Amino acid sequence: MSADSSATGTDSMTVSGSVSTAGSISVMTEDAPTTWTGSLRHKWMRTLPPDKMLPERQPAYVTSWIYVFGMATIVSLILVLGSGAILTLGGVEWFHTSSLGRFVNSLHFWSVQLFFLFMIVHLWGKFWMAAWRGKRAMTWMTGAVAFLASVGTAFTGYVITTNFNAQWIAFESKDVMNAVGLGAIFNVADLGQMILLHVCLLPAGLGLIVIMHVLLVRKHGVVPPLEALDPDAQKAQVA
Amino acid sequence: MSTKHEAKADLDTRPWTGPTRHYDILKEGAIALVIVTVLTVGLAALFSSPDDAQLTFKGWAQSSPDTMYTAAVSELAGSSESAGYGPPYNNNSDGLSVGPIALQKWAGVTHPFDAAQDLVIAPLESQQQPADVAAALATWKAATADQQAAWAEAYDTALADAEGDAAKAAEGDYGPVPALATGLVAMGASGAYDGAILSRGSFFTTDYTKQLLFMGDGGYMEDKAVAANLGGDTWGMMNEAGSWPGQSWLAFASVWYQLPMFNTEGNVLTDNADAIIFFILVVLCLIMILVPFIPGLRSLPRWIPLHRLVWKQYYKENGRA
Ligand code: HEM
Repeated sequence: MSADSSATGTDSMTVSGSVSTAGSISVMTEDAPTTWTGSLRHKWMRTLPPDKMLPERQPAYVTSWIYVFGMATIVSLILVLGSGAILTLGGVEWFHTSSLGRFVNSLHFWSVQLFFLFMIVHLWGKFWMAAWRGKRAMTWMTGAVAFLASVGTAFTGYVITTNFNAQWIAFESKDVMNAVGLGAIFNVADLGQMILLHVCLLPAGLGLIVIMHVLLVRKHGVVPPLEALDPDAQKAQVA
Repeated sequence: MSTKHEAKADLDTRPWTGPTRHYDILKEGAIALVIVTVLTVGLAALFSSPDDAQLTFKGWAQSSPDTMYTAAVSELAGSSESAGYGPPYNNNSDGLSVGPIALQKWAGVTHPFDAAQDLVIAPLESQQQPADVAAALATWKAATADQQAAWAEAYDTALADAEGDAAKAAEGDYGPVPALATGLVAMGASGAYDGAILSRGSFFTTDYTKQLLFMGDGGYMEDKAVAANLGGDTWGMMNEAGSWPGQSWLAFASVWYQLPMFNTEGNVLTDNADAIIFFILVVLCLIMILVPFIPGLRSLPRWIPLHRLVWKQYYKENGRA
């Protein structure tokens, strides 16, 4: 599995109908898209062809446990969203009186704890691997923004629980918001606004950032190890 | 040296041409989903989740009527925390600033709030009151603002001198203020205050600003919070009531409030801690986002080679530069 094979993948997908024998150059000229839609497909196929998006092989260095934490973060986020969706059906006061509601709330609570745990291990892992090397800075930056968006989402979750904790956290945090003028826009004591942020805007934003993050990882491929020897040079030496 | 560096950068950028291994991302995801689901269900079933009942004004008036009484007087006197808060609620102070940067003041009064009127007079007026309270209300409303302030401030001071014990407060000309405060506590104890402050003549509401401000004024809520280890100077921001884990990920924010310079009464830094710490956090967030571009910081992983643990096997099989 090398650069060559993924390039072939691109070609066979882009050349719709006509059979290309002349390789990638002819694709560019023959199939130069004339519509916005076609250009989008063309660009998409060039940057993220299916076998790059869903590969069956990875470089040999992708063996450490640390690589699991990105995926663990995704699945715990899925559990957060799922349990949150059920809580949404019950409403913010459901879990005070219903034992089922309380259990779903507990699922939401603990999946959030796991989500943050996995994300923070993932973050430190990527830091010590300097995983932003080789044009991957955007991957790191979208990850960092995902972390901050998660903090904001969790915070709005705490102020909509309609219990003592929500009262106290809103009371304390309003001072921080007000101190820098943000209280003029975000009123932590406005339950309606906080619910909409927590259930709608922030998860949607977080979801988009995470999708970008993961697509960027696939686009660039997993970063080679620091201090790795150049495989081409090694091959040349052997030959 | 420089050519070696360039070759290395190129290796990071170009598609990998070295050895590969079989890897099923979807299968990994499915297994991870099962494991994390089992973990979550297990933790939820074993440990449930926190849900301490909300505080109500009825509960406050019944369990700590004295603090509600003094809080009511302080709202009339304008000495409570919320009465003197400043933006976005009122103009009774400028709020916090960092040097010349007064964002709180610049953002203006967007959620206008008059402590005496909104928390005491209007709720009392919204209901049929006993004769003495009704008379006190009429006296209050007929008086000039100066007269109102003179009564309320004198009584507020007398109560403070008596450490909040109305029975021990010195005699004085307090006008209708004691009767108004008594009326308010009675309304609280009956549960009527919770309803009165909520509806305020409108059908819908999702805005609990006024309730929250009053609830925070008497010390009642803070006592409960401190008892539950949720005080700001004891990492309260990231703690959770009971023994559940809280927002531990806020450690990077909470840590600053533990520094003496940000939690010592009467210190300029402490007075403006919320604003200063916010700016510190903005800088930290920017640093975090921009790690790949910050000289020194981005080289830390090379200087402290923890990555040799991560790629131990690969180096063993394929060598290390
Ligand atoms: C919602 C939170 C996040 C999710 C769901 C997520 C998911 C993932 C996944 C699935 C991968 C690929 C597998 C792996 O290497 O673990 C990955 C890679 C990566 N993540 Fe995240 N991530 C999140 C947050 C973060 C954060 C907070 C950072 C750092 C600030 C970060 C930095 C990176 C980097 C640099 C890579 C590329 C690794 C490489 O090329 O080897 N991610 N992320």
